[in-house]
Amino acid sequence: MNRYIKPMRLYGRLHPMRKSQRQNSPSVLAIIVCALVLAGTSLPMESRASESAEINSLKQQLEQTQALLRQIQQRLSRLEQHQADKPSTVATTKTDAPPSPARPQPVRPVMPQYTAQAPQPAQASAPSPSGTASANAFNPQLSAVLNGSYMAFSQPPSGFAIPGFPVSDAAGLGKRGFGINESELDLASNIDNLFYGSLTVSLAPEGGANVEEAFLQTLTAPFGMTLKAGRFFSGIGYLNQFHSHHDDFIDRPLPNRAFLNTQFGDDGVQLRWLAPTDTFLELGGEIFSGRAFPGAGGTLRGQGTWDAFINVGGDIGYSQSWKAGLSYLHARSVARNAFDAAGNTVGNFSGNSRLLLASLVWKWAPNGNPVNQNFRFQSEFFYRHERGLFGTVTPVSSYLGRQFGWYAEGVYQFKPAWRIGLRHSELFANNSGAAVTFGSILDTGGHRPRRDSVVLGYNNSEFSRIRLQGSRDATQNKVDYQMGLQYVMLLGAHGAHQF
Amino acid sequence: MKLHKRMMIFTLMLGAAMTGFVASAWADVRIFACEPEWAALATEIGAGDVSIYTATNALQDPHHIQARPSLIARMRRADLVIATGAQLEIGWLPVLLRQSANPAVQPGQAGYLAAADYVHKLEVPTSVDRAQGDIHPGGNPHIQTAPNNIAIVAGVLLQRLQQIDPEHADAYQARYNNFMGRWNTAMTRWQQQAAPLHGVRLLVYHKGWAYMIRWLGMVEAGTLEPVPGVPPTTSHLSNLLAKLKQQPVAMIVYAAYQDSRAAEWLADRAHIAAVKLPFTVGGTDAAIDLFGLYNDTIHRMLAAAGSKQP
Ligand SMILES: [Zn+2]
Repeated sequence: MNRYIKPMRLYGRLHPMRKSQRQNSPSVLAIIVCALVLAGTSLPMESRASESAEINSLKQQLEQTQALLRQIQQRLSRLEQHQADKPSTVATTKTDAPPSPARPQPVRPVMPQYTAQAPQPAQASAPSPSGTASANAFNPQLSAVLNGSYMAFSQPPSGFAIPGFPVSDAAGLGKRGFGINESELDLASNIDNLFYGSLTVSLAPEGGANVEEAFLQTLTAPFGMTLKAGRFFSGIGYLNQFHSHHDDFIDRPLPNRAFLNTQFGDDGVQLRWLAPTDTFLELGGEIFSGRAFPGAGGTLRGQGTWDAFINVGGDIGYSQSWKAGLSYLHARSVARNAFDAAGNTVGNFSGNSRLLLASLVWKWAPNGNPVNQNFRFQSEFFYRHERGLFGTVTPVSSYLGRQFGWYAEGVYQFKPAWRIGLRHSELFANNSGAAVTFGSILDTGGHRPRRDSVVLGYNNSEFSRIRLQGSRDATQNKVDYQMGLQYVMLLGAHGAHQF
Repeated sequence: MKLHKRMMIFTLMLGAAMTGFVASAWADVRIFACEPEWAALATEIGAGDVSIYTATNALQDPHHIQARPSLIARMRRADLVIATGAQLEIGWLPVLLRQSANPAVQPGQAGYLAAADYVHKLEVPTSVDRAQGDIHPGGNPHIQTAPNNIAIVAGVLLQRLQQIDPEHADAYQARYNNFMGRWNTAMTRWQQQAAPLHGVRLLVYHKGWAYMIRWLGMVEAGTLEPVPGVPPTTSHLSNLLAKLKQQPVAMIVYAAYQDSRAAEWLADRAHIAAVKLPFTVGGTDAAIDLFGLYNDTIHRMLAAAGSKQP
């Protein structure tokens, strides 16, 4: 019975951040902390005045609820008695004995066809406990992703590097010719009424399984909080948290590959708070082990990386919607390796790595119906500040990296199954220190890496996608012209997509 | 030092959430209706005691809604989510529920109502093979196309509103009785009006009309989608056209949110009517509420059947 007590309402308005405070803040961290402090301190003061009055009214409410519950219980048992005596279940609405609140009667069928369809009252009074709409017929939800491609490069991909950027192992672009990419197995389900869990295992084409994500997430934490724990892709930025099979392009933007090793995820916890406002406002923070790039070494007793993010979003009329975010990622790296395309270690860094990330996505669909036509614009800006020691084998020389990158892409679905996309990515590094020697990987050689891609996508259904992508890749001095044809096939359960 | 900073962020977030939002209670029950028909039904029974947010409109395909930030924000404070269920919203509702961080509306709670759980579902597949398209494994979810289902859901909704807001139980009951009185009268009238549609053959865009077709005793002769969820193709439409030469139909019906071109292309060549139906409240100008929805649906089909008898 307790389950159905009217939930306490904990609504309130979030104080809008004062403009001046925002402008004076020197860093994103300060902004986020400001928001938190404002939310945490100004509101209780406001509510304190009415606190005792509120407690009284809550008490009253509780008493009323209890009285009503007793009434309902009595009515329910009366009705059960009544029903047991009754031969048929037909009830009409105009009688003096209306359907009980706890047990609605099906309305008397007006047409003969109904008689066969009319549900049993038992069905109506016993909602299916599993909540069939939330997951699917299979529990847990099981799916696999097949992913294969043909790639052509005008320059040998084994020579891949990003001048001025010490990159990790997943920043490259793959091999020439036919190949399958990582296959994926997904298992996701509500564990019980409190937790949701998800497991994604990726199977490398050369063999071996890798746990990509394995996390649990709370469903009923109070006050708009959601806690996630385990291994998961970080919520920083926009694109990072999506699995690549949702993408419209074959590869991730250049800055995501350089700054986040394509996709940043690690073992840790995430706490998010969703503001009780009509405009979407979300604050989040994460602490990670610090083993994954841009961290390394699992520093600070295995809590070497942390981040914080704020996201806002909303609609403009029926046809447009948007989301914007600001994130800050701090990693402390010890002996972080940089690799070349062949997997050889070409650099070693120890120090602090800070990344500031701003993201914006804007979507258009006529009347909010994306089925026939829709457009998405998405852009992210990255600024990284790294300070510490760098060397080819061991970190020995001073290094200060100030690196900037951005990308912008637009994808237009012009017919139900067809879409076309354009993307521009760019990087810029300003590295200094004794480690930046001529010809070293920290030396940009005065070059600004950039890359342009155009993609044509065909989705026969939600489950099958084929993409043809052409790119002009000026990541290095010699321009590389690339062509890729890829399929992504989803087997099994129907996943729900995030915005 | 660094550890300190991190702990501070988490503590502050927790503090913000715990202390900041014990504000005055709202007077009414906040309803998040996934589709307009449930919003209309909630208006009938809840009236001034509820405030309703409708997540989709009649020009949107309820199978394919983006889990937009605005929807997440609205669900965060909802007391009751009314969904169709039966996997109609499988592509978006689970994300909203998970992201909304709202314990009251999670499946299994009083604040989550999946309408299709309470009606007898048609077209429940015996096997789920995607070669048959994006079929709904729980049966056809488009239950709002038959008024009997609306009546059943009205009873469930009454129960939920009385559970969530017992203070206004009597008011809900009174409005429910009033609505059901009018609804029963209307259902009798619709049955009489729609008598000429009995046995009429029709093509549908998507298998969205199973309940209506059964209710009115019509005959579904095929779908414009080659398989559910896959848009009409020229080759499939040509096959249909050839079939229509042997076995004619009276009309092709499609929902307000669906692209009319395929239906018109085929209707032109087969010399029959392509009929746009509201499908839900707001789909046509006349479908201003649940009564208007059925009035207009029957009116439009009668007009088409009257002019082009097969
Ligand atoms: Zn459907």
